[in-house]
Amino acid sequence: MLSVLCACVIAALGLPVLVPRLPAAWRPSLAILPLGSFVYFLLTPISESQLLLTELPPVHLWLKLDGLSRLFALLITGIGTLVYAYSGYYLKNHEGQGRFYGFISLFMGAMLGLVLANDLYFLFICWELTSISSFFLIGLNQQEAKARSAALQALTVTGLGGLALLGGAVILQIHTGTTQIDALAARMPADFSVGITAALLLVWAAAFTKSAQFPFHFWLPGAMAAPTPISTYLHSATMVKAGVYLLFRLSAAFAAHPWWTPVLTTVGAVTMLYAALHALFRHDMKSILAYTTIAALGILVFFIGWASPLSMQAALLFVLVHALYKAALFLITGAVDHATHTRNVLRLHGLRKQLPALAVAGGLAALLNGGFPPFLGFIGKDLMYEALLHEHAVIGVPLLLVVNVALLYAGLQVGYRPFAGSAMPEGEVSKVSFWLWLPPLLLAVLGLLFGFLPQMPNALIAAAHVAVGSSGFAPLQLWHGFNEVLAWSLATLLAGVLFFRFWPMNRERLGWTEKVEMFSPAALFTWLASSLQLFARRYTSFFQHGYLRYYVMTVVAVLIGGISLLLFDDFAFKGSFEPLLELTFYELGTLAMLLAGLVFVVFTPSRLAAVAGLGVMGFAICLLFVFYSAPDLAITQFAIDTLTVILFVLVLYKLPRYIRVSSMAVVLRDGVVSLVFGGLIALLALQVIHQPLQRSVSTFYAAQSYVAAKGKNVVNVILVDFRGADTLVEITVLSIAALGVYGLLKLRLRAEERRNRA
Amino acid sequence: MDVIMALLIGLLYAAGIFMMFRRSLVKLIIGVILLGNGVNLLIFLLGRLVKGKPPIIAADAKVLVEGAYADPVPQALILTAIVISFGLQAFAIVLIKRAYKVVHTDDLDDINTREEEE
Amino acid sequence: MKSIILKAAAGFLLPLLLLFSLFLLLRGHYLPGGGFVGGLVASIAFVLHAFAGGMKKGQKYFPFHPGFLMPVGLLLAFLSALLPMVTGDGAFMTGLWYPHPVPVIGMLGTALFFDLGVYLLVVGVTLTIIFTIVEAA
Repeated sequence: MLSVLCACVIAALGLPVLVPRLPAAWRPSLAILPLGSFVYFLLTPISESQLLLTELPPVHLWLKLDGLSRLFALLITGIGTLVYAYSGYYLKNHEGQGRFYGFISLFMGAMLGLVLANDLYFLFICWELTSISSFFLIGLNQQEAKARSAALQALTVTGLGGLALLGGAVILQIHTGTTQIDALAARMPADFSVGITAALLLVWAAAFTKSAQFPFHFWLPGAMAAPTPISTYLHSATMVKAGVYLLFRLSAAFAAHPWWTPVLTTVGAVTMLYAALHALFRHDMKSILAYTTIAALGILVFFIGWASPLSMQAALLFVLVHALYKAALFLITGAVDHATHTRNVLRLHGLRKQLPALAVAGGLAALLNGGFPPFLGFIGKDLMYEALLHEHAVIGVPLLLVVNVALLYAGLQVGYRPFAGSAMPEGEVSKVSFWLWLPPLLLAVLGLLFGFLPQMPNALIAAAHVAVGSSGFAPLQLWHGFNEVLAWSLATLLAGVLFFRFWPMNRERLGWTEKVEMFSPAALFTWLASSLQLFARRYTSFFQHGYLRYYVMTVVAVLIGGISLLLFDDFAFKGSFEPLLELTFYELGTLAMLLAGLVFVVFTPSRLAAVAGLGVMGFAICLLFVFYSAPDLAITQFAIDTLTVILFVLVLYKLPRYIRVSSMAVVLRDGVVSLVFGGLIALLALQVIHQPLQRSVSTFYAAQSYVAAKGKNVVNVILVDFRGADTLVEITVLSIAALGVYGLLKLRLRAEERRNRA
Repeated sequence: MDVIMALLIGLLYAAGIFMMFRRSLVKLIIGVILLGNGVNLLIFLLGRLVKGKPPIIAADAKVLVEGAYADPVPQALILTAIVISFGLQAFAIVLIKRAYKVVHTDDLDDINTREEEE
Repeated sequence: MKSIILKAAAGFLLPLLLLFSLFLLLRGHYLPGGGFVGGLVASIAFVLHAFAGGMKKGQKYFPFHPGFLMPVGLLLAFLSALLPMVTGDGAFMTGLWYPHPVPVIGMLGTALFFDLGVYLLVVGVTLTIIFTIVEAA
């Protein structure tokens, strides 16, 4: 199993480079990769034991091949084989063929990992990988804006679902203590606490978005912007089934939850009805198929919802049937598109003359889709009716009848109508290669063969049935005798054919669905997305206006609010004015000097005077340091002050004079805000200095300075010894500043000099 | 003296913030310097003001006399801050010079509009 | 600033101030002073001299660009911090001391070399900044 996954990853990395160098005729042979995997999964027996690849907690790479995994793995690799071969020809002139093979190999690996994973987080990772490769594949025609936006829409919807899945996995791990999927059912608390219900809702969100359930279905028709082989593979046969797979996989753990059946059957029923009716009003073959795919996914969810052994069996069989006929119909659509350059069923007719093999495939696929005997579809449809007749006949059966009739109609629309009637003009239809008609024909024939010999898929479905935790598997058989099931089945066929015969598709009906388009979930999604962007833009331009002073003002305002709240809560003026009498003449003089410098700096209209004021202030501060026992600070401040003044003088006389003065009102406002802020800081400082002083650090330095570091100037010892590493970083920062100055001035100058010389 | 020092620090903060509210680049830098001085003095004040007892061990002693010296920790912090702010100021001053050469304005608002237009 | 008095004074001031800066550096461990302040005073000496005698003359005392002092100082500080790790006497930044006093300098130890590194770097940084600005003006 590991080697299969590795092969996919290697192919994903290698094929984008390799494919463009490969002669076009050889490219279909790349199908050897999925074909080999298909044979591997066909021959490997299923096992209850799991394979532990590696542990990167919390992700355990547990792989397990049980019946359900094998059913899906065979679909993924089998249809993958046909799609690889088909696209080798179909995309041979597409510039993105290398990318296509790379991403589709990545997708196949991720999808296989998803169905083989026995660990919730590993499953989540694969789930996201399928979303991402789907994004790139939908946008394969990257020049088309429509393809890009469809890709983004699909990624948004399925990506949000993926996030929900991660949330669900985390909650499940918290509540059950395990991430191992096959251990979940045994550890599930019997009473389904609120947490478990939340996890279930999140898992549903993931499954419904991935499997395009109403109201998240809208990304799937959009995803049809991808080339047809991609739609075949990802958006009908495999990826969209990942959500269904997840429901199958977790049904053993959750099916007993009281919400399981009501929610899933409702969502499934609404989805299948909505999509099946929509499919009747489409004329683009791919669009018809997209809606019937959504309807089929709805049917699957509907039957998983009932969670009875028979309904599970019906759902599992329908997974196989649907994959066979839907992939065939999609591939036929692609071939027709290739031959005639249109997919509009209103313009296509009589293609059986020019494309006989494709016509046979189309006819067979339509019959398989409709569930005519003796196709496998007949067995599948019978099983569905049987499952419903047993328990939920009153609502279920008529509903299913309507959906089935619509699906049959849509199948004939795609598989039969383009080939029937009078022939199209010779020039409008070109021949199609063997690579384009053989894969769909193969699938349709397989559907017929399985119908005749139901024992062939029997074991596969039975094993999957065991894997989802159901019992009482009824062997598949074509003929059940005359009973109620047969009556409903035949009624479906008759109604469908008559409907197709007497109510043919025409132009008038095309507009009907567009009238309700503005109320559809897709429109809602678009509206949500654009209003989110609008909100983001307004929010950003409101807060990120680009005016430094208003940023500063915001910060200051918040600080003022915070500090005044703090002071208001607990304020007592603790300063004392008595010591003021002890102030010496020197101190008073220094303070006066500082104040004078400050006033000068703020109010002078001359820059040079301001610089001089700064210098005076610096020297006054320096004197304060001298008075209050900080000689080191004093001399450093003195030297720095000198250098700063020199610097300013050197640079400033090149700059313009101060610009226009702000209006008086603005100055007043700023002044008041600043003074309030400064006053609060002063009060805060007074509050703080009357708290007891924490001196343990200074005491340590005082005691150890000479004893441990042999220095008597404690400040200097802290700098070069105790906190030397900080100083090392500090001087590094200093040299970076110097290099910055050098770079700013010198490098540009050199460029200017070069320009001058030239 | 504590009260006067606190008021002085408040004034330095006020002046620094006031200058940062101006539109001129030069005033902005002056504001930053004023604010830096205010912060230095605040740290100094919070280490308590002690007269005439520098944190220097006497020639004949091995440890500082308990309680009777200025706290060396804020001093070491401020020393670092003074030196680093020199680097910062030098860089900022040169940056203004450079900016002025490129955009020919000292007005922060003009620089803004230019960016948006481009 | 072509003043004869300043020019004449600067000629004497340069060696005096440099000597003073070294003095500050060496006594830093015992009395106010240290690498930062020493380096700043030395830079002021060179700047003053440059102002008095013109840039060309100010720079001629340097056979190399003062910027080269930055890596030298940084390396010296770093190596003196690294030394105890190399000799196996302790972790990064452990102080190592030569046990006997050396004339003029006093106690000799890694901390002094660290401070010397700071001194050289500060000179390098300050002069690079100021000379660069002066040249660009």
